[in-house]
Amino acid sequence: MYVRYGKRDHRAELDGNARIRPPSPLVRRCQQGAMKAATLRDRAYSIRRMIAVAAAGLSRRYGRRWALTDVSFELPGGALAMVSGRNGSGKSTLLRVLATAIRPDLGTATILGHDLRADREAVRERTALLGHRTHLYEPLTALENLALVARFLGGDRRRAALLERLEEVGLADRAGDAVQTFSAGMRQRLALARVLQQEARVVLLDEPYGHLDPPGFLLVDGVLRRLRARGITVLMATHLLQRGRTLCDRSLVLDAGRLVFAGATAEMPEPAGSDGAGFAEGA
Amino acid sequence: MTAFLTALRKDFLLQWRGRGQIVAIFAFGAATLLLFSFAIGPDSVALRQHAAGFLWLGLLLASTLSLAESFEREMEEQALEGLLLLPASARALYYGKAVANCAQLAVIGAALVPVMVVLYDAGTIRLLSLLGVIVLGTAGLSAPGTLYAAMTAQTRARQTLLPLLLFPLVVPVLLAAVKATSLLILGDPMGQLRPWASLLGAFAVVHWALGGLLFGRVVED
Repeated sequence: MYVRYGKRDHRAELDGNARIRPPSPLVRRCQQGAMKAATLRDRAYSIRRMIAVAAAGLSRRYGRRWALTDVSFELPGGALAMVSGRNGSGKSTLLRVLATAIRPDLGTATILGHDLRADREAVRERTALLGHRTHLYEPLTALENLALVARFLGGDRRRAALLERLEEVGLADRAGDAVQTFSAGMRQRLALARVLQQEARVVLLDEPYGHLDPPGFLLVDGVLRRLRARGITVLMATHLLQRGRTLCDRSLVLDAGRLVFAGATAEMPEPAGSDGAGFAEGA
Repeated sequence: MTAFLTALRKDFLLQWRGRGQIVAIFAFGAATLLLFSFAIGPDSVALRQHAAGFLWLGLLLASTLSLAESFEREMEEQALEGLLLLPASARALYYGKAVANCAQLAVIGAALVPVMVVLYDAGTIRLLSLLGVIVLGTAGLSAPGTLYAAMTAQTRARQTLLPLLLFPLVVPVLLAAVKATSLLILGDPMGQLRPWASLLGAFAVVHWALGGLLFGRVVED
């Protein structure tokens, strides 16, 4: 019996003693090509600076109240963008929808070309979310929390590597302490370390300056700059408009769940009622 | 498999850190056995006849505390959501949690046996068989219990909802476990232990399979 692989004929006796023939070079190349397809697609987005986040008509409601209504925008790869708006304007909901923590009721979005609804796992592999809740296990130590993430992601979980990550957020000296003994600011720092541990291509930060002291503000500034230098796309919800204007190149403004501005930060309008005083800026 | 082992390690570590709570749940089970013994009175024959039923009722009541507690840590900082977003497999997280819950309940169940022997004068020489029945019974409790605990952990009335949902579902486990334990304490001249143990095993297999399939839908938005 003859089995044909591509242009070559391979003779195989399909009797009881027949052995499974290894795939031909052509088949092997096809398999390798298929395995690399997703990686190549991501790389293409990065290299060509194409759209990293694209939302089309995103809407989400809680009960009868719409928290997000018809939000559409695009962010190029490597952008450092801020989302601003009053309390309850839908900033956190937008970030949670993009991170696939909650589903949109209407509309959809793509992250690096992967659809939120159709390709949830792929979106999760490429995004990291710092939310209002820290995603930390309180009885575990700082080191154990980071090790847990490293284990699930198959990353570097050597103590030295994890300590280096904690050093990055100024918590190396508290590595062995349980999270439940941490202050709110220290939890925020550890949550930030957890997000960095994921090494995601799109990072979503909800109030990253929350609970932090002045050195913590500078720490987040440094992290944002480093992420931008590495070509990571960052979308950050914040009330610190002056700081956001300095750091971010693009801005989104939400009002009662609707997107009222999307564009370059330099063109962003002053928020109504701020009287130029802006918001608390920290150090 | 790696994800399952990671999840299991995490749940055992959380249980170890909260071991004071396990002691409290055991004390609750022991107190339940003590109260039931007061309800029966000093009749040693009646006590011995009801021992198996009261052991499993005590374990069932203690299981609702233990199962609910196992999701407290997952919900307080949305840690479970954090793992799902990594993304970690929901199925691996379920099996890790269910195995850890089963182990914890089995330990509490085994620790309640000496209490039962003292209070109800209900000993058995077939200790290994009794441990086997306890493991099968707690497997039957923890598989649906973990699923329902995840479901109710996000609701305000979780302390009430969990037993309301769980108790009707685990009636077959309760019946089979009580019968098998009774046979071990009072004697098994007709060789009925094996069918009851098989029923426990079958219930556990079905619910462990279902739990793994449904957990993702329960915990995702």
